[in-house]
Amino acid sequence: MADTRIWRPPALIESPALRHGLTLAVILYLVWSIGGLDIDWGRVSQGLPRAGRMFERMFPPNFERWELLVRGVVESLEMALVSSLVGMIIAVPIGLCAAGNMVPKPVYLAARAIIVVTRTFHEVIWALFFVKIVGFGPLAGVLTLIVASVSFISKMLAEDIENMNMGQVEAVRATGASFPKILLYAVTPQILPRYLGVAIYRLDANIRHSTVVGIVGGGGIGMTLTATFKRYDYDFSLAILLTIIALVFLGEFFSSWVRGRLR
Amino acid sequence: MLKITDLVKEYPNGLRALKGVTLTIADPGVVAVIGPSGAGKSTLIRCINRLVDPTSGRVVLDDMDVTALGRRDLRKARRRMGMIFQEYNLVERLTVMENVLSGRLGYVSFWQAWRRRYPPQDVAAAFDLLDRVGLDGRENTRADALSGGQRQRVGIARALMQRPDLLLVDEPTASLDPKTARQIMRILVELAHELGTPALVNIHDVHLAQSFADRVIGLCDGEVVFDGGPADLTAEALTAIYGEEDWSATIRPADEDDENGENAAVAEAV
Amino acid sequence: MTGTDLTPADLTGPRVWKRFTPRQSLVRFLWYLGCVALFAWSLSHLEIPWFYFLDAHEQAADLLTRMFPPHWDYGAEILDPLLETIHIATLGTIVTYFIALPVAFLAARNTTPNGVTWLIGRFLLVASRSVNTVVWALIFVAIFGPGPVAGIWAVAFRSIGFMGKLIAEAIEEIDQGTVEAIEATGASRMKVLLIGVLPQVLPVIYGTTVYRWDINIRESTVLGLVGAGGIGIELYSAINQFQWADVSVILGGILIVVLISEFVSAGVRARIT
Repeated sequence: MADTRIWRPPALIESPALRHGLTLAVILYLVWSIGGLDIDWGRVSQGLPRAGRMFERMFPPNFERWELLVRGVVESLEMALVSSLVGMIIAVPIGLCAAGNMVPKPVYLAARAIIVVTRTFHEVIWALFFVKIVGFGPLAGVLTLIVASVSFISKMLAEDIENMNMGQVEAVRATGASFPKILLYAVTPQILPRYLGVAIYRLDANIRHSTVVGIVGGGGIGMTLTATFKRYDYDFSLAILLTIIALVFLGEFFSSWVRGRLR
Repeated sequence: MLKITDLVKEYPNGLRALKGVTLTIADPGVVAVIGPSGAGKSTLIRCINRLVDPTSGRVVLDDMDVTALGRRDLRKARRRMGMIFQEYNLVERLTVMENVLSGRLGYVSFWQAWRRRYPPQDVAAAFDLLDRVGLDGRENTRADALSGGQRQRVGIARALMQRPDLLLVDEPTASLDPKTARQIMRILVELAHELGTPALVNIHDVHLAQSFADRVIGLCDGEVVFDGGPADLTAEALTAIYGEEDWSATIRPADEDDENGENAAVAEAV
Repeated sequence: MTGTDLTPADLTGPRVWKRFTPRQSLVRFLWYLGCVALFAWSLSHLEIPWFYFLDAHEQAADLLTRMFPPHWDYGAEILDPLLETIHIATLGTIVTYFIALPVAFLAARNTTPNGVTWLIGRFLLVASRSVNTVVWALIFVAIFGPGPVAGIWAVAFRSIGFMGKLIAEAIEEIDQGTVEAIEATGASRMKVLLIGVLPQVLPVIYGTTVYRWDINIRESTVLGLVGAGGIGIELYSAINQFQWADVSVILGGILIVVLISEFVSAGVRARIT
């Protein structure tokens, strides 16, 4: 049993210099970032008791003003529906133009630029702008969600078109079909199920996002929720939050059910 | 010594996989369990270390009633039984050495397992076992970079790392080509004999069973229908286990087309 | 939905081919009708003041002209807030990393101890995902006061659901044979998770962490609107004070940071998998 062979557990990163260097870098980063942040530690240290008091006021959730709640939820749902449908229609031409295998390069770059810029800015930023342009209310929210939906659906659509089977396109092109006919006969059948799936998913996502556009005045349940926070009506806030959770849960359930049937 | 009495397993879907199996394994040596697919071979082995909980009956290992143990004691009991699987069941993304050392998981603390700080004697034993199964120098290879035969060698080393009182082996060669299958069986049998560990080996290849086992148990439809030496495995005995067939060819060479016959047996059993 | 019925109705006459049977056509038509009706009802019920649209293009054009030329000198002032945005996203993701993992193990059917824990895990995931980062920020600003600490917790709480869900799905798809083999060695439940399960899902954990970090950068850009730190504070005040030339600089800064983070995240993920 005089076995002198030693075994070292494999490290995630082979080179010791790199490994220790990275560990050091992470520690330095933590020190630098936490130290550099503008943190009012006195205020933060009150956090736990404050959280306790807040939860005390949250429970039990208060559903007394359910009419307000229902109105907000219905508005959110309507915003999600309208924006999803408009979004999925506008996304078709943009998605098509953003597919590198279907269109000339300049068109492709322009479409990609639209997708990148719309994706980069958070919904709330778009909502801020739309509120400035068309005023407070659901219209600003709907416009915001349309931008987000178009960005998302057209990106997915473009990827699907780029990944589709080009053999079928060639076969249809070989029959002498024009570009629109190719789209109709070789592209649409291949991507339609996934496109519908993405659109349904976006509907579900829009239900979730419709709550946030309300925070900057874009209508829907989010607007009601922000108001309760401003007035410290935490028991009503919790009621709204629970409703949102239930709504998102149902939406997800519905969305996965429909997508399951599309396959 | 392993003593199984009236072991019954009924699955929730109503399938009675074992219908009262009684057998005793007293001597060290290799016991092959043969039988058609769906006969309950796999269930029998899994009932012994209770990866599958039997419906009724008793499994006793050296005066310890495995079937009556609570969770904690069951884990202690499992440490004494090494298991080898058809699909090797290695942790693919870990190295060979980590896989072999996982045989000691029942003995080390969580912290040791996390930091992979196994006691030096365990590491030394693991190196010895890797030499024995012909994988010396491969300790830092990741398991997913190995061939099927090499993976099964790691599987054997992992089971033997437990220094078990009993080896449970479930179709060790079914996923391997005939030559590798014989190599694996030879390693397994040699080590079992050398360490004096009794091994219960499920195997569907009758010829392999005959050439390597000291004792053969025939299982059919959840019941023991044959128990004897490999030489006693006559055409009549095989008919009792598998059903009517011309067995004259099977008893001599290993049948490479066995897979088809197996599938037909599954169709019958289900 | 692409069923083609080729049965000829009448073999004596010219054979007719139709893409859909009458029944299929009807069902499709009803679907379309339903969607349009739902759309029309939603739109009318929203009571959108269409007259706002009349001058919307003027408003937008006015806004754009005010945004240009950008007030470049302002650029130096937003460097710190941009850095803070990145810190909030990074620290929030690190916090999530430690919370999401146990929750994922609770929410995966094959690793959760029992039905009750599974329900708890699932509820935590749904609750975390349902509440938007900005809403979480509202809550944490009420708890910790305005500042990046609230932002970090908001980012973390929203990410738990995202990462937990993806990791739990990966856990449910692991090879159960490996788990069985580790159980057979007599290892305790925790050790089975550590050796049998964790290595199998590690790539997914790393991948989703980096992916979520990239999303969190984007989310952190708006936390300032509710006072939870980052560049959002500058953006909000610039917009409210109609400093449009500043706004365009801020947007440019956000664009650069988000694009870089996306690039880094994609690069790291490509190397992991």
